[in-house]
Amino acid sequence: MNIIESCGLGRRFGRTWALRDCSMAIPAGHVVALVGPNGAGKTTLLNLAAGLLQPTSGRLTVLAGEQPGSAQARNRIGFVAQDAKLYAHLPVGDMLRVARNLNQTWDGDRARARLADLGIPLDRKVRQLSGGQRAQLALTIAVAKRPEVLILDEPLAALDPLARHDLMSSLMAAVVEDGLSLVFSSHVVSELERIADYLVVLNNGRLQLAGEVEHLLARHKILTGPGGEMFVDSQRIAIVHAQQAGAQAHLLVRTSAAEDPVPHGWQSQSASLEELVLGYLRDPGARMLPGPAVATAGGARAVTP
Amino acid sequence: MPTYLQLVHQVEQSLRLGYLKEGDRLPTVKETVEALAINPNTVLKAYRELDNKGLATGRPGQGTFIAGTLRRVGLTEQSELRKGLMSWLRTADDAGLDFEWIEALFAASMRDFRERRDVASARRGAARRADHGSKQTRGVA
Repeated sequence: MNIIESCGLGRRFGRTWALRDCSMAIPAGHVVALVGPNGAGKTTLLNLAAGLLQPTSGRLTVLAGEQPGSAQARNRIGFVAQDAKLYAHLPVGDMLRVARNLNQTWDGDRARARLADLGIPLDRKVRQLSGGQRAQLALTIAVAKRPEVLILDEPLAALDPLARHDLMSSLMAAVVEDGLSLVFSSHVVSELERIADYLVVLNNGRLQLAGEVEHLLARHKILTGPGGEMFVDSQRIAIVHAQQAGAQAHLLVRTSAAEDPVPHGWQSQSASLEELVLGYLRDPGARMLPGPAVATAGGARAVTP
Repeated sequence: MPTYLQLVHQVEQSLRLGYLKEGDRLPTVKETVEALAINPNTVLKAYRELDNKGLATGRPGQGTFIAGTLRRVGLTEQSELRKGLMSWLRTADDAGLDFEWIEALFAASMRDFRERRDVASARRGAARRADHGSKQTRGVA
């Protein structure tokens, strides 16, 4: 089952396209990281999936053909917006009661047990909670309806390192316990490698990269060697991003197989997830989307299909 | 190093040092992801790798258990070797070496030792091949 499927999806605000020509299919059972710089269209995409926005063009379905925002979809998808909408003046216990009335399925015992585990008292007002506690409360409410898919917009952005670690472990535990699929956006790339096993990279409203992390890493390499223009002449190498540092060039390249030959005089290394993401973000023209993508670097630095 | 391999190495290290033994239960996937804040598939992959190596095995509904052992050196021998190292460390300490010195010396000696051993085993291998080769030639002749 695909949890999110889109075809030619686009959304315009006034004259600006926040998201354009976005076609993808994200299978269930993954921890999906949606990555891109500010203004890339991450929030727009997540809001479209949650049914909070309507597409301007194309279409998007969730949970194998459901319409986003339909009663069916809302019951099965948990959504936590970037500024986790909570009522600041309410005590935590009342916040749970509000959430219970807004949701058709609700496991209140579980929510209270979770908060007790975290040491968040029910009589404390929401505005008296720390940032980390507020994030945990929002997550508690989102998982209390036992969703199949949990969507979080920048869940880690406002948290200190300790609270981030705690929230990530809560999220990972929820994935194991409920077997839910997780989709979250982030502009912090360095922490993704530990938690994400599926990557979607958006840049300037367009989809650049989508796929399983393991697969993507197996298909890319970092090549280091002599710079200059000669490197692109004879070799059929798909260069995603090239960086010249003194006499040396660092290339992020796409390989068709793990044992692709390394050009003479070059050294090959596996790429980290961070190097992969940054390499693509620096060359907005580069794409690698599911399906066949073969390109030669005939003097071109970025590869476009 | 990928995270799943780090987990595998940690288990192997614990087996070597006797912290884990056959029949011990490894933490559940949920316990591990909660403690480390890592992707559950990473833990599953590590457990699969341990299974492939014959070191751990999953029992449905019960968890993952240590099934094999890496220890080629018994605990008694290990403790003897450790005693030897401790006494060397005391000598080094008496000689006024600090921990960085000791580590540097140890690492350098390890490298030396490994190189010599590799050279020796390469010589033995070459000798064997030469021997084998001459037999073959004789056979052909």
